[in-house]
Amino acid sequence: MKLQDLSVIKDRVNAELLHNSALTRVMVGMATCGIASGATPVMNKLAELAKDNKEVFVSQTGCIGICQYEPIVEVIDKDGTKTTYVKMNAEKAERVYNEHILGGKRIEEFSVGSVLPAPEGHAWCLEDTIFLQKQHRVALRNCGQIDPEQIEQYIATDGYQALGKVITEMTPDDVIQTMLDSGLRGRGGAGFPTGLKWKFASGNRGNVQKYVCCNADEGDPGAFMDRSVLEGDPHVVLEAMAIAGYAIGASEGYIYVRAEYPTAVSRLRIAIKQAEELGVLGDNIFDTDFSFHIFLRLGSGAFVCGEETALMTSIEGNRGEPRPRPPFPAVKGLFQKPTILNNVETWANIPRIIMNGAPWFAAMGTEKSKGTKVFALGGKINNTGLVEIEMGTTLREVVEVIGGGVPNGKKFKAAQTGGPSGGCISMENYDVPIDYDNLIAIGSMMGSGGLIVMDEDNCMVDIAKFFLEFTADESCGKCTPCRIGTRRLLEIMEKITSGEAVMKDLDYLEQLAKYIKEDALCGLGQTSPNPVLSTLRYFRDEYEAHIKRKTCPAGVCKALLTYTIDPRACIGCGLCKSKCPHDAIIGALKKPHVINPAICAKCGTCINACRQGAITVV
Amino acid sequence: MNTMQSSVPFDSDPKLMEQLLAVIERHKDEQGALIPILQEAQDIYGYLPIEVQEVIADKMNVPLEKIYGIVTFYSFFNLYPKGKYQISICLGTACYVKGSQKVLDKVTEVLGIQPGQCTHDRLFSIDTCRCVGACGLAPIMLVNDDVYGRMNPLEVEGILAKYK
Repeated sequence: MKLQDLSVIKDRVNAELLHNSALTRVMVGMATCGIASGATPVMNKLAELAKDNKEVFVSQTGCIGICQYEPIVEVIDKDGTKTTYVKMNAEKAERVYNEHILGGKRIEEFSVGSVLPAPEGHAWCLEDTIFLQKQHRVALRNCGQIDPEQIEQYIATDGYQALGKVITEMTPDDVIQTMLDSGLRGRGGAGFPTGLKWKFASGNRGNVQKYVCCNADEGDPGAFMDRSVLEGDPHVVLEAMAIAGYAIGASEGYIYVRAEYPTAVSRLRIAIKQAEELGVLGDNIFDTDFSFHIFLRLGSGAFVCGEETALMTSIEGNRGEPRPRPPFPAVKGLFQKPTILNNVETWANIPRIIMNGAPWFAAMGTEKSKGTKVFALGGKINNTGLVEIEMGTTLREVVEVIGGGVPNGKKFKAAQTGGPSGGCISMENYDVPIDYDNLIAIGSMMGSGGLIVMDEDNCMVDIAKFFLEFTADESCGKCTPCRIGTRRLLEIMEKITSGEAVMKDLDYLEQLAKYIKEDALCGLGQTSPNPVLSTLRYFRDEYEAHIKRKTCPAGVCKALLTYTIDPRACIGCGLCKSKCPHDAIIGALKKPHVINPAICAKCGTCINACRQGAITVV
Repeated sequence: MNTMQSSVPFDSDPKLMEQLLAVIERHKDEQGALIPILQEAQDIYGYLPIEVQEVIADKMNVPLEKIYGIVTFYSFFNLYPKGKYQISICLGTACYVKGSQKVLDKVTEVLGIQPGQCTHDRLFSIDTCRCVGACGLAPIMLVNDDVYGRMNPLEVEGILAKYK
């Protein structure tokens, strides 16, 4: 394989497939989210219909980013006009095939404009919607655009050109300088400058074995951008790792991917095989003396393995426990050799930076946070899905404009970022530009990019307890502050949510949180008190309500709820009484009923049973 | 953990053992081979009984303790097989106050196994879960996807008999 061969492939695929005026292209979103919503029957139906039609090409693609409107089908007409169809099934797909593809008439009621607004007029394709126009796709640029299992389609979008450019035109130090100039920081959470990491590992090239690792152990509940990249554009990760291998002088790379992502694993396997067969990975890439091999390692369900040293310990075949740093991985990492580890989303930015240059990337974002960031929008928000925004966008814009606001007319209360290591952003910081440093200043963190929106019905104390349960459960047990400290923190939180705490417990909580932050061995432990500390900072009144007034203002913490029947609204029908599993309701027919709080187990059955709306929870 | 020995007799089918040895042979010279070997071994046997761990320890020349340490660290690895019918008893708050512990005690008594284990005939395994969101029907027992609500310990035997 010579570098010029890439252009030959690119021109051929573009002429035959991607920009062929004799061909209608149909793409079905077949990432995990699409498949779970029923994309497979849609794909099969379209493939069957178009089986003998030489003018229609049906293929799969990755995640387009609008999860709740899956399955998604995109049709690109012969003249290049694009239409996005949402919430497809086999019957609807057949209509699209007959009426649109054969008949030439687009179906408005199935198009994306039926669920998402455009700045003006009707949104026929995703590109027309406000949802996408407010985004800036760099890491996700190929997701939903190409077939992830076809290396040639990746090459047609300039794939592996960056690797070719690096190997044939740049010195390893040039590559590192480009990364430094771009200002790219790690997208996995901590935000360490990528170029600096590479520079630390770059000494003594050619004389020692070194490794390049990819962290694809995306464990934060609510974050799935790495899965989307792996499923939609796996080659970008391989290309970027090879670029890093050239820059630091490594010939081997490992991708540590969670076993819970079977589709991502299988697409990575296919991608590695195709890249090796074509000669863009393996020995003597592009006929130079640079060789680079990539191996896959599957995680086995341990959250702590997302921490860099734990991940390496796990690849080495051990219990995934973290190691003290220093020595840092750049000095002694995988198999005790100099190693760099970057997260999937970080890797996905790198070929673009090489192709477009560092100034292009550095022009995006804020002073210290360059480029874009992908967020997984979830929780109480209309448009759940993946969005990629320029750093410095405000939370208000993400939630209100791109996310379409909070559903059911409820009020925004807070957004949680950074998963179990992060914190909550409250209304008072709604207009703070999102970047690494601002998020830390307001007590949260970027994290891997989960963004869970909460409304007035969510109890912030309960949310903090939920995350603490997670970290206490996932603590690997190696260091005492994390193993025992998170357990004790959780006990205090349980006291608060069950109404048994006193105000002094809040002081213990803060004191203990401080010790854990200072003394835990790894990032998992050090950041585990963050959800508690940030909710305590912005929602102290809710904590105090639980402790002083023994009430849960959002009506979530069961132990603190009281169910009462309004005697004026109760008609004495007896429905609640007959449905109550605890026999806690008494009352004669046609007389107002009463709940006995001593027996009531607060299960909520009566509320659902009552047709008069007479039962309230306080 | 009461015992390292699974309650299910080890399946000593030589074909399975042949597959296991082939997996070990294929990975043995790789760096960090243990976890991929354990993952593939679990694919072969469905779980990782001590007999399988012993073979791996022996062939890879590492202490059995190290293997056991890895197996118990990662949630993906099972020391016990799962049954054809997986019983889940909800121990969430609502079920617990309605006596789900008594239901669980009855199931463990009838089947003679503990939560996390599987019966000799590999028909039933027991797990406990948190809330399944059907508190109005508490206490809840699930057998695969079948939901049994308002469980009384006296009903346990009758329900299990339906699956035998």
